[in-house]
Amino acid sequence: MATAVLSATGLHKRFGALVVLDGVDFALGEAESVGIVGPNGAGKTTLLNVLAGTYPPERGSVMFRGSDVTRMRAARRCRLGIGRAHQVPRPFAGMTVFENVFVGAATGGRHGRRAACDRVIEVLELCGMTELANRQADSLGLLDRKRLELARALATEPAVLLLDEIGAGLTDEEAIALVATITELRRQGIAIVWIEHIVHILVQGIDRLIAMNAGRVISEGDPQTVMKDAAVVDAYLGSTAA
Amino acid sequence: MSLLAVESLDASHGLVSAVRGVSLEIAEGETLALVGANGAGKTTLLRTIAGAHRAGAGRVVFAGEDVTRVPPYTRVKLGIALVPEGRRLFGELTVEENLRLAGDNGRKGPWNVEAVLQAFPLLQPLRRARAANLSGGEQQAAAIGRALMSNPRLLLLDEVSLGLAPTAVDDVYRSLERLIEGGTTVLIVEQDLGRAMRVADRLACMLEGRIVLEGRPDELSRERVTEAYFGLHAGTAPGPA
Repeated sequence: MATAVLSATGLHKRFGALVVLDGVDFALGEAESVGIVGPNGAGKTTLLNVLAGTYPPERGSVMFRGSDVTRMRAARRCRLGIGRAHQVPRPFAGMTVFENVFVGAATGGRHGRRAACDRVIEVLELCGMTELANRQADSLGLLDRKRLELARALATEPAVLLLDEIGAGLTDEEAIALVATITELRRQGIAIVWIEHIVHILVQGIDRLIAMNAGRVISEGDPQTVMKDAAVVDAYLGSTAA
Repeated sequence: MSLLAVESLDASHGLVSAVRGVSLEIAEGETLALVGANGAGKTTLLRTIAGAHRAGAGRVVFAGEDVTRVPPYTRVKLGIALVPEGRRLFGELTVEENLRLAGDNGRKGPWNVEAVLQAFPLLQPLRRARAANLSGGEQQAAAIGRALMSNPRLLLLDEVSLGLAPTAVDDVYRSLERLIEGGTTVLIVEQDLGRAMRVADRLACMLEGRIVLEGRPDELSRERVTEAYFGLHAGTAPGPA
């Protein structure tokens, strides 16, 4: 892999007696797209939270473009270039789509109202939401809410985008549209970390796949190979051969 | 005739469509195991059959009667009992009180407190213990026993091994296998494919709200189930070509 834009070494995190990350190493190259899968409780979302700065690890470090950001708060990491889209979109319900994305643009890299407005227009076009700019956020359907969540994260001009199960609950047509948007982001050079339970959607949007179980990385590499790895199948379906 | 027939069933959680056009049938005395990844719609399907979740479209037909709009407590009286994920016992009540409560609200039949304690020997010394103080395995046995107290014709079991120690899972399954051998009709959601294949007459795999693979365990290889489970096979993935 080329120089890592985002990396983590020896991450440990526990909640009470439960060890959720148990020595995880992670590296994401510039413009690379990496998927993370694993059964419930594998530690996927916790890893994303530690990378985003939602909470710090107990041990280990997170590096972004050569700087140690392990103890840096999420809002500062966002301004540095680590954007995040959540599993359950929670837009500002009383605001329009444009205003929601403007919050992202003004919070992220762009300074000044004009520059932020320009960014909103770019992002809405990229996400296919230009027509919806003046719609109230709480009137949107599920796909458009997910697009808005993505648009808000993109408005911060991230070098790295962290996506948490943005495909959940979408219809087939909606999932195809989502993959097309992600493909365009990759083309623009944004590095992506994508957690997704819907594996056949995920593998279309990534270069490399990481499988986790019980707080550890159990397999890593080409997506098709990882999904056929006996350790991964056992983690999902139990170890007794049928 | 099938004991249970689910016809083109849809169920949603708000904007999210969880069960999409599912049809399945279970014959009297048959065991069907349902596998599938997180979010595939297994629990919603079970809850919709039990009446704990509203069907958006389609029908649930039980013993020849359309029960789609029948409330859950009436379905219990007709013979459908759900053992929910997470057990959901009344923690402040004793094991026996939990059992009796279900017995008072179900059908008449052979199951009573003594029969349940005989079927689940690990509960015998615990009949006066508060449910909240039991181990996970003991709670699971009590939850299955509670469902049996309603003398169900169809037992719906949701992830009975979730969060249990391996020895506790073995205990629960030993009792379950005896029930199945005794002719109880069972629809079970189980993540462990090996266990599912051992207890079931038929296996169905769900992906994104749909059943994408169905067959007898001896017809299905682990590889085929794995492909269906992850949607990686061209024939099972509903996604882009």
